[in-house]
Amino acid sequence: MAQISESQQKVKFYQTGTFTVGNRLLDEKQRNVQATMDRCNSLDSGHRACQGCGEALGARFAIDAAMRATNNQLIAANATGCLEVFTTPYPETAWSMPWIHSLFGNAAAVASGIAAAMKVKGREEVRVIAQGGDGGTTDIGFGCLSGTFDRNDDVLYICYNNEAYMNTGVQRSSATPGAARTATTMPVGKEPGNAFNTGKSVPLVAMAHMIPYVATASVHDLHDLEYKVTKAMAVHGARYIEIFVPCPLGWGSRPGDTVKLARLAVESGMYPLLEAEHGEISGVTKIRHKVPVDDYLKLQRRFAHVFKPDNAHQLEQLQQIADTNIKRFDLLPREDT
Amino acid sequence: MLKQVEGSQAVAEAVAMCRPEVISAYPITPQTHIVEDLGTMVKAGDIENCEFLLVESEFGALSACIGSSAAGARSYTATSSQGMLFMMEAVYNASGMGLPIVMTVGNRAIGAPINIWNDWGDSMSARDGGWLQLFVESNQQAVDVHIQAFKLAEELSLPVMVCMDGFILTHSYSQVDIPEQSQVDEFLPPFEPRQVLDPASPLSMGAMVGPEAFTEVRFLSHQKQLDALDLIPQQAAEFEAIFGRDSGGLVKEFDCAGAETVVITMGSVIGTMKEVLVDMRAEGFSIGALTIRSFRPFPSAALQRALKDAKRVIVFEKSLAVGMGGIVSMNVRMALKDDPIKVQSVIGGLGGRPITRAGLRRMFEKGLQDQLEEPHFHDIDMGIVERELEREKQQRHSGSTAENILYDVGVVAAAKTI
Repeated sequence: MAQISESQQKVKFYQTGTFTVGNRLLDEKQRNVQATMDRCNSLDSGHRACQGCGEALGARFAIDAAMRATNNQLIAANATGCLEVFTTPYPETAWSMPWIHSLFGNAAAVASGIAAAMKVKGREEVRVIAQGGDGGTTDIGFGCLSGTFDRNDDVLYICYNNEAYMNTGVQRSSATPGAARTATTMPVGKEPGNAFNTGKSVPLVAMAHMIPYVATASVHDLHDLEYKVTKAMAVHGARYIEIFVPCPLGWGSRPGDTVKLARLAVESGMYPLLEAEHGEISGVTKIRHKVPVDDYLKLQRRFAHVFKPDNAHQLEQLQQIADTNIKRFDLLPREDT
Repeated sequence: MLKQVEGSQAVAEAVAMCRPEVISAYPITPQTHIVEDLGTMVKAGDIENCEFLLVESEFGALSACIGSSAAGARSYTATSSQGMLFMMEAVYNASGMGLPIVMTVGNRAIGAPINIWNDWGDSMSARDGGWLQLFVESNQQAVDVHIQAFKLAEELSLPVMVCMDGFILTHSYSQVDIPEQSQVDEFLPPFEPRQVLDPASPLSMGAMVGPEAFTEVRFLSHQKQLDALDLIPQQAAEFEAIFGRDSGGLVKEFDCAGAETVVITMGSVIGTMKEVLVDMRAEGFSIGALTIRSFRPFPSAALQRALKDAKRVIVFEKSLAVGMGGIVSMNVRMALKDDPIKVQSVIGGLGGRPITRAGLRRMFEKGLQDQLEEPHFHDIDMGIVERELEREKQQRHSGSTAENILYDVGVVAAAKTI
C-alpha cells in the first residue's frame, strides 16, 4: 500500500501544469484539442460506453486531433467492437464525422478502399482513418491490416488496445498479457490466467512493414497522444498508432483508476511508448518515475491471483517482461540507468 | 467491333468501358485472366481515373470495394470458388449496406477435394446473400451483362454478381462483338450513390439494428430484389435498343412455346443442349429449353408464363445441396407449385465433368419417360460408388474417399506404371 500511495503522490505532481487535460486557464498554445472552443467533438457525448472507458477517452482525443490536423476532412472506418457498439445503435450516432462500420476484420481494407476512392476523385485532402480494438487488429483484422501496410495505402490505423475481447465478454486476444484472467483464461489450474506465450507486438510488426510512421500512446498522456496523431496526419502512406486503453469492466479495476492504470503501465515498463519512422525507432518516452509492476497489477482483479504465494513466479515473469522492455527500448532516463 | 478473344479478356474490356473507379482483386483460378487484363489496363493508363488495389485476400478485395463504393466510387472485383467462401462475410455485408458493387464469378467447384474446374457451387453458396445473380450463356453475354450489371446495381443500390462458367467461358476463345465506348457511355450514366461518405455532409453507415426493425429491413431487401424483376427486362430492352443484341433479361426460351417437355438450365451448357434438342425436335419429340438468366431475383412469374404449355420439366444444374438435392430444381418447383407440371431434377457437370451430347440425349430420353431418379446424377458411375461404399463397410480406416476412387478408376495405377 505504501508503494501505491507513493505513486499516487507522483501522479498528483505529474498532472499539474501543461499536462492538465482540458484546462482552459492555460495559455492557448499549451491547451490541447479538447480545451479549445473550436473542438470538433467528432465522438460526441451521449454514447453508451461504460464509466471509466479508456477506449472512449482515447478515441475522443485521437479523432479530434486527426480532425484538427485535416481541417475536418476525415472519414473513419470502424471495426466491430465496443467502440462501434457504444457509439452507433441506429438511429443514434455519436459520430459527427463520416463514419462506416462494415465488419470485425476488415476495417483496414475498407479504409484502403475509401482512400482509393478519394484518390480517383481527386479529393486527396480527404484523409482516412481505420480504427478498432486489439481483437479486430491483432487477430481477426491482421491480414487486412498487413495488406494496407504492405501497399502503403494512405490510411492511419488506430488500435485501441485494452488487451482482450471486451465487447463479447472479456475473452483472450493475442494482445492479452500473460497471467491475465479473461473469460477464456480463468485463474484455475497450475498456471492460472493467460499463458505466457511468445508475445505479439503489432507496433513491432507494423515497423517490420517499414511504413512511414508507427507509434504507441496511452490515455494517461493525452498531449503525447495528440502530438502523435497530429504527426501521423502530417505524413502520407500507411501509419499505425496503438493506444493503451484500460478497461474497468474487463480488467476488474475502478472506473476512476483508468488514467492511473494507463500511467502505471507505462511507468512500470509494461507498455512502452515508442515512435518509429520507416522501420527505425525514432523516439521513446522515458519513464519519469519507475514503479514495480506490482503497483500496476494490484489495481486489477484480472491479476489478483498473481499475488498468491503459489503464483509468485507469474509476478516475477511479468516483472521480467517489464524489465526486458525497459532494457530493449532504453526507457530509463540516463541518470537512472 | 468483332474480335476473336478469350472470355476473360472480353469481360475485362467490357468492365474497362464501364469506367470503374476502384478495382480490387485477389488471384484465384479461373478468375485470374480477367483481373490480370484489368490490372494491365489500369497500369498502362488505358482506364482513366481508376485505382487497382492488389489485396491480401478475397476478404480484403471485397472489403476494399465496400469502402470505395461507400465513398462513391464505381467498384469492381472478381472471384471464384474458395475465394467466394473466403469473402462471404463481406458478400452479405455489401448487400446489407446496399453497395452497388459488381463482381464477376468465374464459376468453379468448392473443395474438399480441391477442384479447379467448373460447377456452380461458389455462386450457389451465396444465393441467399442478397446479391443479384445473373448467369451468362456465352462470352458475348458475359460482355453485355457486365455492362447491364453496373446499371442495375447502381439503379437498385444493390450489388450484382455476373456468373460465368469457369474455363468453359473464362478461358475459351470465341467471336465477341466488343461494344464502342460511346455506346456504353450512352447506356450507363455516371455513378450517383444513394448515400456517400463525405466530410461535407457526415453520416454514419453500418450501425446496429435490433429486433425492433430487423424483420422490416429484411422484408425490404427481399422486396427490392422482387422489384428488380421488372427492372432487369426493362434494362435488357434499353440495352437492345442501343447495342442491337438480346442479352440479359430474366429467362431465355428456346423453342419453349408449345413444347410438352422443357429442359431448364443456366449458363453455358445450353450451347450443347441446343444441338441435342434440335435433333430431337427434328425427330418429332416435343421438347424445348429455357435458361434462367437471373437466378437472384428468381423469375417465378416469367417461368410460369413460359411453361404454361409444358407437362414436364427437366432441370439440369451444376449444383447440389448436399442432403437435399438440386438447388435450382428446388427453386423451380417453388415457382411451379400451383402448376400441374412434373419437375425432374438432374445434377451434372460437377467439378468439371464433361457434359456430352450423347450423355444428354440418353438422359433426356429417360426424362421423357419420367424415369429419372430424384435427383438424377448425370453420367455418374455407380460401380465406383458401390465399390467405395463396400470398402468403407469392410474397413473402419478406409482412407480418403477421393483417393480411393482415383485408385479404383485407374488414374493412380496408370501413373505408377509410368
